[in-house]
Amino acid sequence: MNGAAMTDALSAESHFIDPAPFEPEAGAEGRAESASAWRLILRKFLRHRLAVASAVILLALYAIVPFVEQLAPYGQARRNGDFLYAPPQGVHLFHEGRFVGPFVYPYRAHLDLDTFRRDYRADTAAPQPLRFLCRGDGYAWLGLIPSDLHVVCPPENGTLFLLGTDKLGRDLFSRLIYGARISLTIGLVGVAISFALGLFFGGIAGYFGGIVDAGVQRLIEVVRSLPELPLWLALSAALPPNWSPLLIFFGITVILGLLDWPGLARAVRGKLLALREEDFVQAAELMGASPARVIGRHLIPNFMSHLIASATLSIPTMILGETALSFLGLGLRPPVTSWGVLLNEAQNLAAVQLYPWLLAPVLPVLVTVLAFNFLGDGLRDAADPYH
Amino acid sequence: MIAVILRRILTMAATLLVISALVFVIIKLPPGDYLTNQIMELRATGDASSVAKAELLIRQYGLDRPVWQQYLMWIGLMPGAAGFSGLLQGDWGWSFEYDKPVADVVGDALWLTLLINLTAVVFVHLVAIPAAIYSATHRNTFGDAVVTLLGYVGLAVPGFLLALILLFYANRWFGLSIGGLYDSALTNQPWTWEKIRSLLGHLIVPTLVIGLGGTAAMIRRMRANLLDELAKPYTVTARAKGLPPLKALLKYPFRMSLNPFVADIGNLLPHLVSGSVLVSLVLSLPTVGPLLLEALRSQDQFMAGFILMFVAALTLVGMLISDLTLVWLDPRIRMGLR
Repeated sequence: MNGAAMTDALSAESHFIDPAPFEPEAGAEGRAESASAWRLILRKFLRHRLAVASAVILLALYAIVPFVEQLAPYGQARRNGDFLYAPPQGVHLFHEGRFVGPFVYPYRAHLDLDTFRRDYRADTAAPQPLRFLCRGDGYAWLGLIPSDLHVVCPPENGTLFLLGTDKLGRDLFSRLIYGARISLTIGLVGVAISFALGLFFGGIAGYFGGIVDAGVQRLIEVVRSLPELPLWLALSAALPPNWSPLLIFFGITVILGLLDWPGLARAVRGKLLALREEDFVQAAELMGASPARVIGRHLIPNFMSHLIASATLSIPTMILGETALSFLGLGLRPPVTSWGVLLNEAQNLAAVQLYPWLLAPVLPVLVTVLAFNFLGDGLRDAADPYH
Repeated sequence: MIAVILRRILTMAATLLVISALVFVIIKLPPGDYLTNQIMELRATGDASSVAKAELLIRQYGLDRPVWQQYLMWIGLMPGAAGFSGLLQGDWGWSFEYDKPVADVVGDALWLTLLINLTAVVFVHLVAIPAAIYSATHRNTFGDAVVTLLGYVGLAVPGFLLALILLFYANRWFGLSIGGLYDSALTNQPWTWEKIRSLLGHLIVPTLVIGLGGTAAMIRRMRANLLDELAKPYTVTARAKGLPPLKALLKYPFRMSLNPFVADIGNLLPHLVSGSVLVSLVLSLPTVGPLLLEALRSQDQFMAGFILMFVAALTLVGMLISDLTLVWLDPRIRMGLR
């Protein structure tokens, strides 16, 4: 510190009052008391490292959803008849100590006549480099735009089975990516349905009270006391078998959402009962606001953060629910590919013993469910920034 | 206390009634029913005597009447062909697929379902309570992290897959035989010591799988509760005045943290029952799970309806017990202060 600054500081101190004109707004920015609630929530959330990491992972996963066709090396239904139950193929960078870029060793298949199993051996003499941004199996992007562009393709006259193939010789990795689109959206759509129902029932119960409240409460109790899975089973058995796969998909989503709302409705009701007594609600009512406006404009924004947190926590239930239903053969059916459908094909002990790579779809399920759980926990902690 | 019990039982009966209506609507949702499907099939093959028999069954169970009448007959509030004979009278209906009364088909499966769920509840508590106490008292240590991690994994792994994998390794490493609830050689034997031992051995994997998901949630909640209590002044006082650490933990804070825990059984039970249905399907346990799936697929309506009612009643009775335990455990509720 130099002498001039020292005297400045001293003189300022001797006056006790800053000679500069006072501006109440200046300096307030960034201070906790004046930041908006959403900003506070964001700040608190960012401190939760696990939750932030989960959010990044989930964003990455959901970024895949629109570009499934380009990212998968093979088409969804492409069968490689010569490579049934082929084990995963490793991608290498160095051939005999020399850098060649990403390549695979081709598989030589031969039938073991003692066990009647196909045996695959990598031919390490002939590396086949992968192709990037290349033409491969044709597809209609999002069902609309025909194209055949892929980010990565198998080598010319070669194969690229990152996670092996199934009993029909379909590439598991490609199917896994296609499955992500269905499995990840089913959670979101299901939660949207349950969110709407929860808001509606919780909203009318908490706002009107009395008989409406009692009725909704009983309804919540009934739905909550039912074991989910048997009901899911019963409801999905009721879906007409002649529906198209897309309709079945929506049917399953609705079924998952139909049984999940009571938790949300309860949270909404509890919060509403507390908020209803606040002065600002009374003021709005006195000014002639309609119930819909009071609920929608004044009450809901006050506990939206809580709702989003609880909704996030119920997405994994939906994803697991879809997986379980499809696994039992009552959910989505082929040709629709979801992680549950893929696991359904790994449903026997032979898969665990002989073809363990068929169990790979459990990994994305695990990662997604865990990430949603951590994210939900982080959001819940951050939802109330004033505590 | 008796008034409380009575009131609870009455609410439960009302809830069951609503559930029965719901269940009936659901099993009636798919168009057609087992018998009409069968009759069409029989007509096609021209088997006249079987058609007559099926039509007799239709009349006997009133399947040609309006749905609301069918419902009332099913629960036993309206006389059918055989007078008042429904769930209320203890007649669980007829399984068209097996051509036997539902009671004969489900038989042992009911008890085994009950047994599996009971073991799962006991398992969850035996594991969750000590684990939660450990991780709350050893907060932010390596052990706490391990417990939390295991809990999360238990939450995230789909139960059916875990069942499959555990089954495989239990067989490979410990020689537990695959599937079923006891050795297939013992299926039609009377209950002997050997059969019970075989049953216990076979229960290990299902209990682990069914219980794991619930255990994770329980540990997290119990740990949070206990941490709240441990931070309160009375715990500090108890320690300061020299109460032995174990007593200062178990007698007061632990007991306090137990209340929300017991109340939570209500949330846990539907979960466990769901899990047991799923796991039974994968492990082919002779519980109501596989029967339910089969009945739903073939539209064997009374069978499906009865099993759905059974699992719902199972959870409701469990919740009743948890409520009553709470009343007994918590003086504030007992005295009517809350």
